[in-house]
Amino acid sequence: MKKINGARIILEGLKRQGVDTIFGYPGGKVIPLYNELYDFSGINHILTRHEQGAAHAADGYARVTGKVGVCVSTSGPGATNLVTGIMTAYMDSIPMVAITGQVATYEIGKDAFQESDITGITMPVTKHNYLVKDVKDLPRIIKEAFYIASTGRPGPVLIDIPSNIQQAEINFEEFEILHNEPIRLDSYNPNYEGHPKQIKSAIRMINQSKRPVILAGAGIIKSKASKEFIKFVERTNIPVGVTLLGLGSIPTAHDLCLGMLGMHGTYAANYSVFESDLVIAIGMRFDDRVTGNLETFAKNAKVIHIDIDPAEIGKNKKADIPIVGDVKRVLVKFLEKMPQREKTEWNETVTKWKNENPLVYKNSNEEIKPQYLIEKISELTNGEAIIVTDVGQHQMWTAQYYKFKNPDSHCTSGGAGTMGYALPAALGAKVGLPNKPVIAIVGDGGIQMTSQELMTLAHFNIPVKVVIVNNSYLGMVRQWQEIFYSNRYSQVDLEISPDFVKLAEAYSLKGVRIETPSELDEKLNDLLTSNEPVVIDVKVSKEENVLPMVPAGGDSHKMLGIKGEL
Amino acid sequence: MRHVISVIVENKPGVLTRISALFSRRGFNIESLTVGHTENPKLSRMTIVVEGDTDILEQIEKQLYKLIDTLKVIDLPKDTSVNRELVLIKVIADKKNRSEIIQFTDIYRGKIVDVGENTLTIEITGDDGKLEAFISMMSKFGIKELVRTGKIALHRGEKTVM
Repeated sequence: MKKINGARIILEGLKRQGVDTIFGYPGGKVIPLYNELYDFSGINHILTRHEQGAAHAADGYARVTGKVGVCVSTSGPGATNLVTGIMTAYMDSIPMVAITGQVATYEIGKDAFQESDITGITMPVTKHNYLVKDVKDLPRIIKEAFYIASTGRPGPVLIDIPSNIQQAEINFEEFEILHNEPIRLDSYNPNYEGHPKQIKSAIRMINQSKRPVILAGAGIIKSKASKEFIKFVERTNIPVGVTLLGLGSIPTAHDLCLGMLGMHGTYAANYSVFESDLVIAIGMRFDDRVTGNLETFAKNAKVIHIDIDPAEIGKNKKADIPIVGDVKRVLVKFLEKMPQREKTEWNETVTKWKNENPLVYKNSNEEIKPQYLIEKISELTNGEAIIVTDVGQHQMWTAQYYKFKNPDSHCTSGGAGTMGYALPAALGAKVGLPNKPVIAIVGDGGIQMTSQELMTLAHFNIPVKVVIVNNSYLGMVRQWQEIFYSNRYSQVDLEISPDFVKLAEAYSLKGVRIETPSELDEKLNDLLTSNEPVVIDVKVSKEENVLPMVPAGGDSHKMLGIKGEL
Repeated sequence: MRHVISVIVENKPGVLTRISALFSRRGFNIESLTVGHTENPKLSRMTIVVEGDTDILEQIEKQLYKLIDTLKVIDLPKDTSVNRELVLIKVIADKKNRSEIIQFTDIYRGKIVDVGENTLTIEITGDDGKLEAFISMMSKFGIKELVRTGKIALHRGEKTVM
């Protein structure tokens, strides 16, 4: 009788979930799995150079494809190296399945070699996790994991699989029977349909409001509701502020789009919220980077809050009308009932704020201003590339100055703020959508956290463009030290850094340095459109600040540097 | 305000950790927590006493529901539920006060469950008020050791949680 072992059950299970690519790194306790992978057809494995890279790559892959990203590591340090990536995915609600090897069931709890309690460690940063103790549970658990990761509010799920479970065999027929059992999770029932009564009251509230504003979040993108959302915006003529992860839900250049909200948001977006009498929050969670001081945020406004996760309603900001559901389905229902609303005086006021206080910076002919670099990338790619950023100043400049046109075109670690995210996430994104241009925009600090993944780019010839916004500083921390800590630049000087061109070359990649605006104008286009991976080290002005800025916990309408200067 | 909530969860390994870790990482205060399986051995019932206003209670319920293993979360208000706790008290009892302790135990409908040369161990159940009164009474004699189970609760009447 034909047998199948646990390792093969994992691969079969993944394949049947539609997985064609996994990101991973082998090790002692996943050798049985990698042994089966050796001649398993239909699953492409990308060998990253660090497990963290595998997790971020799965994250980037998931963000741009909307599919579940899969990463694999061994037990102990392999598994703990995934944790940052899992936590990053958790904070931004990214569907991911992480598979870790574990010591054999009879060794668990004995402090065996490379043993770590990874289900315990990842409990706070996964939507759910499993330790598999019987090979017969594996087919069900794999199905459940994908179901949980991708439904409701998406998130990462970890499956920890002891090596002897990977080796254990069952009859193939039994596997089929187990695999075909329907998923039964009595305790997990995401609510997709917004309550019709609530939607009706919301429409009434919108029609009664004088100064409404929409806060557009990542939920719009995740539920693939961008089209419906834009329709809703145009039907209601309500101005829109966008969260960092909501960028792309509506084109930045849209007439009703005010740009980003929050700490480094635009004057118009933040001021509109402050002056509003109604905020309609869609697929967003009132993160502190958006709200600043909650006491003064949208102080005089009523709140309509649409979100798939009931726990987000009322967590930070009280909602007058909560609507729990999938953004797309809710918006479809809105559109059925929502009458056309004409522009009002409020639109004029908001447009005036927008026109009088655009994002500004002082450009230069001598040195490259980071904002100019981003504008240039935006222009050359027509706002249509997939942009993956790391964390820090360049992330905010990209959010401010890249004119996003499409949903699913911006990947960044928003909730977690994970440095080192961009390069591996970009390689995952490019693997997911090989026909789209993918640009990693990363600081000189962040690139050094996961630069080993340059090797992965070369190994698999993944033509990601890595743009290093190099100001020889940990720029965002330096900015805070300048503004809030009287210029005491403590441990932020990165003048002593590798030669990134040589580093690229060491990984057999093309590396180019750009130091002046004219060089940038001359070279950037060719570099971004070439068909090979390339590292572009762009030297930018050293002490540029991200402005405007709301100090942490400050009143979001009281912004520093509205005119581009402190 | 103090709330008694019942949480019905899957009776699986690790579920207690998931629940208690959720409370600590979200900064919710647990006053007591008891757990045991229900009339259905596949399910466990936790009775958790928490401190917090209605907003916090709402967040606790929602966050608990986010855990895949949570089936039901119910707030059990004092006036519509029965709640009890069991306490074992080892009290110093010499020849002089032994009979007095036994009398008090009778009045409070407690039970002497063990006798030592100089101690009595008393089992007593009840609601907060009764237990506090009895414990304070016993402390006059000298409590050597005390253990409480934490509160359990059920709806009054025919109403059930599931």
